[in-house]
Amino acid sequence: MKVRTVGFLWLLLVPLIVPAQESNPFANDPKAIAAGESQFRANCAFCHGLGARGGGRGPDLTRAQKRHGKTDAELFRTIDDGIPGTAMPQNGTTGQGVGMTDAEIWQVISYIRSVEKKAAAPHAGDATRGDKLFHGAAGCSTCHMVQGKGGRLGPELTNIVSARSFDALVESVRYPSKRLATGLIENTKEFPQEYETVSVTTADGKQYTGVALNEDNFSVQLMDMQQQIHLLDKTSLKSFRKSRESLMPAYDEKTLSPQDLNDLLAYLFQVSEK
Amino acid sequence: MARASYLVAGFFFALISCCQSSAQVTSERIENTAQEPQNWLTYSGDYSGHRYSELKQINTDNVKNLVARWVYQTGALGKFETTPLVVDGILYGTGQDNRVFALDARTGRPIWQYQYIYPSDIRPCCGRVNRGVAILGDKVFFGTLDAHLIALDAKTGNVVWNVATTDYRDGYSFTLAPLAVKNLIVVGISGGEYGIRGFIDAYDPNTGQRKWRFNTTPGPGEQGHETWAGDSWKIGGAAAWITGVFDKETNQLFWPTGNPAPSNRRVQREGDNLFSNCLLALDVDTGKLNWYFQYTKHDEHDWDSTQVPVMIDLDGKKLIAHANRNGFFYLIDRSKAKLILAKPYAKTTWSVSKDEEGRPLATKDSSPTLEGNMVCPGAAGATNWMSPTFDPQTRLFYVNAREQCDIFSTAPQENEPGHAYYGSAYFPAADAEPYWGALRAIDPLTGEKQWEFKHVTPSWSGVLSTAGGLVFTGDSEGNLIALDAKAGKPLWHFQMGGAVIAAPMTFAVDGKQYVAIGAGSALFSFALP
Repeated sequence: MKVRTVGFLWLLLVPLIVPAQESNPFANDPKAIAAGESQFRANCAFCHGLGARGGGRGPDLTRAQKRHGKTDAELFRTIDDGIPGTAMPQNGTTGQGVGMTDAEIWQVISYIRSVEKKAAAPHAGDATRGDKLFHGAAGCSTCHMVQGKGGRLGPELTNIVSARSFDALVESVRYPSKRLATGLIENTKEFPQEYETVSVTTADGKQYTGVALNEDNFSVQLMDMQQQIHLLDKTSLKSFRKSRESLMPAYDEKTLSPQDLNDLLAYLFQVSEK
Repeated sequence: MARASYLVAGFFFALISCCQSSAQVTSERIENTAQEPQNWLTYSGDYSGHRYSELKQINTDNVKNLVARWVYQTGALGKFETTPLVVDGILYGTGQDNRVFALDARTGRPIWQYQYIYPSDIRPCCGRVNRGVAILGDKVFFGTLDAHLIALDAKTGNVVWNVATTDYRDGYSFTLAPLAVKNLIVVGISGGEYGIRGFIDAYDPNTGQRKWRFNTTPGPGEQGHETWAGDSWKIGGAAAWITGVFDKETNQLFWPTGNPAPSNRRVQREGDNLFSNCLLALDVDTGKLNWYFQYTKHDEHDWDSTQVPVMIDLDGKKLIAHANRNGFFYLIDRSKAKLILAKPYAKTTWSVSKDEEGRPLATKDSSPTLEGNMVCPGAAGATNWMSPTFDPQTRLFYVNAREQCDIFSTAPQENEPGHAYYGSAYFPAADAEPYWGALRAIDPLTGEKQWEFKHVTPSWSGVLSTAGGLVFTGDSEGNLIALDAKAGKPLWHFQMGGAVIAAPMTFAVDGKQYVAIGAGSALFSFALP
């Protein structure tokens, strides 16, 4: 509490003394890039992957387009303050490490800029066709919502393109069970809830299958295939089965051609830009 | 007239002084905690590290009726790790940001609060945490995130003395609860993620004067110095960030130490790196090393041995039980300084053989590489700093275990004072199994698991056992859970709305037994209606 108060006062004072730093003092400095890579491996790679190429937990930072990092100053704020409501923590609060100094954050930014690909992202598909596929033949919107339209059983996807690498998105379409999508994030909890499949039989013999919205040692909050929420005590259930086999069907190339997939990604890319 | 007022004044002062001494906590009282189970006088409940209470008002039959009695909101953010102490109805605890509070233990109402103002440029590892206070005489003692040790007046929270033990700017901090023993306040330093030189210190409780220091990385001419390449001992880490235990019979402290720095890079510190990841037996009066046992030689996986070593006397043997972060349960004969057994209590892949002493040996391919190398347990360990408990009734040792493997990679870097010095990076494998945890009951004589209670995700909670036939633990989803100590059956739980990253304790006031634990940012207490 005290630290936050001090930080707030400091923010008030800083502009009076010196202008807040808006540009990276180490931009394009090879030494800073090397130091930044080391910091990145220690502090960021856990979610953003080695080489900053993203993973199942965080966005691909080699993409030039960043939702929370258009300028270096914005990227600095993202790293230092985190992004509320997401898995991106405030600097120094991950519980894993010690956090970074301002200089170290700038070094990391130098590193990230050095690995960005300036070439067009591999989404050269037809967004209009992707829109139709998403909300029609491919059936995505049965379970996924985009811009307020669609189902509720799977993750909301409006901004998914900026939150995950293309490789991770392709993997989650082709092999949805390989790495389950993450759901609810609770402030003090180490891990987010995942889209695990749960099947239960209640005391009165009713059977439900769906995704776990949340779970603890004694209760589970389940959304069934009809998108109805069931609030259940584990001890009162006749059976409780949890599976990491996703309820999402695996879309192989017969079901969804590479062109279809490209078009879908182009559509998702388009909506995430808005 | 004047004579009369002197008499009145004398009577008044006699009144004041008569009552001060009754609340004094002495080392003798802490040695004999079993005589006053209503109080919780030291971090682990007693000097043996048992975290066991003789209180049995709450038992296996009535625990189902347990209800919340009060909640104290610290208002601070971050991980809330305190184990409160209770002395004669007053509860003393610490908040996440170096505040200290004293509460009416019946109602949770604060009596005093003290907020330490630390410098803005501290950068302690792994959260701005604190695990609690020590109490001795009329003072409470706590360590700060800028490596000060502070004595507060127990009745007011007023500062009696405040000493800087070292320079925090090099990465030193305190996070542990100090240990009050004999006429000393003993503390171990935190900061193993920096290029620090670890130490354990003892201070005079009345003046704050340092009585001794044991450096956990030996300098030239000292035992163990040869286990460090070049000058690497100067920045070799080996912090000592969990509260040790005290063996009155041998006048020894048993204190565990943490990882060598940098945490998983071999090249800068070839050798066994004594006294990192050790159990140290120190003479309490002088801080001199009597003997040591190194759990993990030349650790490359950040597997601090900073778990409370639990002194157990069973079948005529004087033992130490230690469920280590490296995945092995160790049983040591503390009278002979000899390892009796080392057995995995969680998934371990780093060792398939043992040396002549029975100590697990690391395989060559468990070393981290630049590309990364999967090893179990992961960096967070098979357990971490969370307290285990030993229940003399069931003769079982209980610990929250974690099932997780990680890819360990190197992140080469040079040391720069005050800057993180990991030399390492770790992350989950793309196809990693989901992490989970379990409260495990282990027979300390065999290392065999007797039962387990599975957690949905790994728990960072400590464990308490009581004469009521119960073990209490928390989970990361916010539950406090009471289980049957014999069979592991959950008998009661309460959802507190925030993850438990603390250990439960118990006390009694006015004949009523309470169980208290931190969750989220609040301290909860429970009792029978």
